[in-house]
Amino acid sequence: MGNKQTIFTDEQLDAYQDCTFFTRKEILRLHGRYYEMAPNVVPMDYTKDPDVKLPMQLIINMPELKENPFKERIVESFSEDGEGSLSFNDFVDMFSVLSEMAPRELKAIYAFKIYDFNTDNFICKADLEKTLNKLTREELTAEEITLVCEKVIEEADMDGDGKLGFADFENMISKAPDFLSLVILREDEEMSENH
Amino acid sequence: MSQPPSITLSVPEGSESDGQEPSPDNERALHTSFHQLILEQSSLIEAGLELELQERSRESPAYLAVPDARAVAWPEPGQSEEHPSYSPATLQILASMPSRTIGHSLGAIISQYCNRTARLRRQSVRPPLQQLCRTARPTLRQYDLETDPASATLEEKWRQLVKELLSLPPSQRSHVLLTMPLHLEEKRNLRRKVSGQRVTLRQHTHHWAPFSSCAWSKFCIVLGCRGLWYRLLSLLRAARPWHYALKQIGGRFGSSVLSYFLFLKTLLMLNFLSFFILLAFVVVPQAVHPPASVSPPPFTGLELLTGGGHFTHSLLYYGYYSNITLNDPCSSSPKGSVCPLAHPPLPYNLPLAYLFSIGVSFLVTCILLVYSVSRSFRESVRSSTEELAIKVFCTWDFKVIQRRSVKLQCENICTLLKELLVERRSRSHPQSCSQRLGHGLVMLLAWALALGSVSGSVLAVHFFLEHMHTVQQEQQAQDSGRWQQEAVLLVLPLVVSLLNALMPYLFNFLAMWEKQDSPVTQLYVAIIRNLILKTMVLILLCYQWLNRSVTCSTECWETCVGQDLYRFMVMDFIFTLLDTLFGELIWRLILEKKVKTKRRPEFDVARNVLELIYGQTLTWLGILYAPLLPAVQMLKLLLLFYIKKTSLMRNCQSPSKPWQASRMSTIFNTLLCFPSFLGAAAFLSYTIWTAHPSETCGPFRGLETIYESGKRWVLVLEKSNPNITWFAWVYQNLLENTSLLFFMSVALM
Repeated sequence: MGNKQTIFTDEQLDAYQDCTFFTRKEILRLHGRYYEMAPNVVPMDYTKDPDVKLPMQLIINMPELKENPFKERIVESFSEDGEGSLSFNDFVDMFSVLSEMAPRELKAIYAFKIYDFNTDNFICKADLEKTLNKLTREELTAEEITLVCEKVIEEADMDGDGKLGFADFENMISKAPDFLSLVILREDEEMSENH
Repeated sequence: MSQPPSITLSVPEGSESDGQEPSPDNERALHTSFHQLILEQSSLIEAGLELELQERSRESPAYLAVPDARAVAWPEPGQSEEHPSYSPATLQILASMPSRTIGHSLGAIISQYCNRTARLRRQSVRPPLQQLCRTARPTLRQYDLETDPASATLEEKWRQLVKELLSLPPSQRSHVLLTMPLHLEEKRNLRRKVSGQRVTLRQHTHHWAPFSSCAWSKFCIVLGCRGLWYRLLSLLRAARPWHYALKQIGGRFGSSVLSYFLFLKTLLMLNFLSFFILLAFVVVPQAVHPPASVSPPPFTGLELLTGGGHFTHSLLYYGYYSNITLNDPCSSSPKGSVCPLAHPPLPYNLPLAYLFSIGVSFLVTCILLVYSVSRSFRESVRSSTEELAIKVFCTWDFKVIQRRSVKLQCENICTLLKELLVERRSRSHPQSCSQRLGHGLVMLLAWALALGSVSGSVLAVHFFLEHMHTVQQEQQAQDSGRWQQEAVLLVLPLVVSLLNALMPYLFNFLAMWEKQDSPVTQLYVAIIRNLILKTMVLILLCYQWLNRSVTCSTECWETCVGQDLYRFMVMDFIFTLLDTLFGELIWRLILEKKVKTKRRPEFDVARNVLELIYGQTLTWLGILYAPLLPAVQMLKLLLLFYIKKTSLMRNCQSPSKPWQASRMSTIFNTLLCFPSFLGAAAFLSYTIWTAHPSETCGPFRGLETIYESGKRWVLVLEKSNPNITWFAWVYQNLLENTSLLFFMSVALM
């Protein structure tokens, strides 16, 4: 299977397999998707580990992310420079963590990062307001949003500091049985064949 | 660095694709909980903190007694980040706590995983905390890099982590590597350092031979199974009925209307099960060996309505079924004659099969109902706490990528949140004493009126019954046409269905006059009143059937009862259609054209669900007398789904009242189980035990009671094989349906 391809060395593919939840075939397919987004920029030959990053605007136009209200935050959470540009490693990382195979703890960490809009390691009231606006497409009135934010913090905040730390978030998530099945981003197989 | 290319990607909107089913959650089998890690960390830090506090001789003993480090160390709400009252060491501890460093402090992550791997290695070796004397405790702090301010450099931490990883067995090493929340680049570097050669830590089935350790083969098996499971799911995705329709309804109208359609789907599945059991064991054997009977009259369209005529002597009714052992040539010959064959090939005792199939289908239905009641009860209890936070964070389905579906999801979440808010807001306005008294009087009066109208309807039905009997007897005396007789039989179901359709509107008027402040109470009151009406009418009808005061055109009273029930079901369906037509379509047209408002009628969920329960009760009541009645009910439910959905989409608006979906579905399932199913089971048991079957038709002809056939069979078994008396005892007790079912249901709950 891997003998004919010249994109990655065998060692690189092995490394990817060990560090992500993907197989060789899936990694090659992901490279195909990454390449498709910007064929002029992304090299076909990754054996030398080229330093190529795609900007956020391209990534969030992917069909898997296009309609997601949290697309910018998702890309930013996986971006190494924090600005939203993803190298191929970050790209693979994103799909790996959000795949079906990732464990709950890992997803919880990244979900927390996604909902933390101001990246201060807490989900404060402002973060909650932004989350709600994105979830409901601003259909709720300002009063309702404030009320919901207050109630959420009241319910989930264990230590009483007025915002949700990671421990509070994880504690709340543990009570939701379907969290694991919701935070999944599948690399759509049909899309790669231009369905 | 890449220059931003000026390519605009236009992705065409593909065909509708639904969200995937959830993946099997067997993560916990493979990975240890991160929560566990936090607790371990906190307990260690707390041990260190305690020591620190003791060293600085803090005055408050409460601090030492608190088990949770977080409660001690974290500041009061409202205070600023800077806490001059805490020592620098405490602040350092605070700054390096897991919850504060997750994801954004590389050093913290590395230290954590270092400790984790160290712990994995030293789990059996390290002595428990309590056994150490106080002076020994400070040495533990060296293991905990977070509380030790000395080794602060990243490089040192990396080296430490690599060292720890190398000391782990390969299986655990890979697990730790996979589950670390680091960037992929860093993971690859780490991996390179950990394994200098070209060795894969994780094996794949199509690569080299797997490792000898059990964990690896288990991991591979799990991966393989998971792949198969997803392939199966993608196949099933196409086969799942009504998935997109239900999503559409839920997204547009909210969980209340959706619960009606889900309930309909549940009923459909229950009926399918009963139908399947009866089909396999009763209907098909009889169809393959048809009894010699009188040729039926030709088929005209009216049979679909009345259930008589061509259908009377058909598989639909009890009267058609034979009481012999099928496939046995001896049984058809008269008693006393010599039987040539000693052992018939595959004898099939139809009466027993009839009895047992009905028993088994009731048992299966009972188990499923009790299970669904207990499950929805548990869910409603669980989801009542901390709903809002979970709804905000754990409702968005990331798998949904189509624009329309995403829009539906947003609407759904919006409706959900609004519902929850309205419900919470309504718990706040108390009333004065005189107001309450007045309100109580009004309520009393309304209830008196409601109960009065119910009794009035029941009496009306009773007198109507009597009148119908006299009319029928006159007709039989005068020997009027067959169709006239059958048409007369339709009048009673018509009257009952009319009452069932019109009385709820009266109850609605009463409710409007009453003006309950809590909409939830209003809903409950409406449900109870409707339920009382339907129950009373059904009890009256059952009493009438059991007394066999129905005038029958044939000699088979069971077939007559079956036909009666068939007519009731058909009439119920017709009236539901009419109600949908007038209540929704015509009402909307009136509102639009005459009154000229934008308001549309609302879908009355409670009333519709009660109608479904009523229809299902009729099916269960009639299953003994007409084994194909579940098939009729299934057809009815299928048609109802599409009709109701179309009418809903075109004519109705989203409901304005709040709705607690889980609680309501518990209530509906309970109503289905207790008055409805249990009543039908009681009716069935009474019939089996005491009713005298007809002499000339049906599988139990000539016997004293239906139960007797079972008793005879047990006696035959005992004679042939005396060792199985225990089975006879079990059998005798098994047929005490109601009490056993009750105990079982209590046990299952």
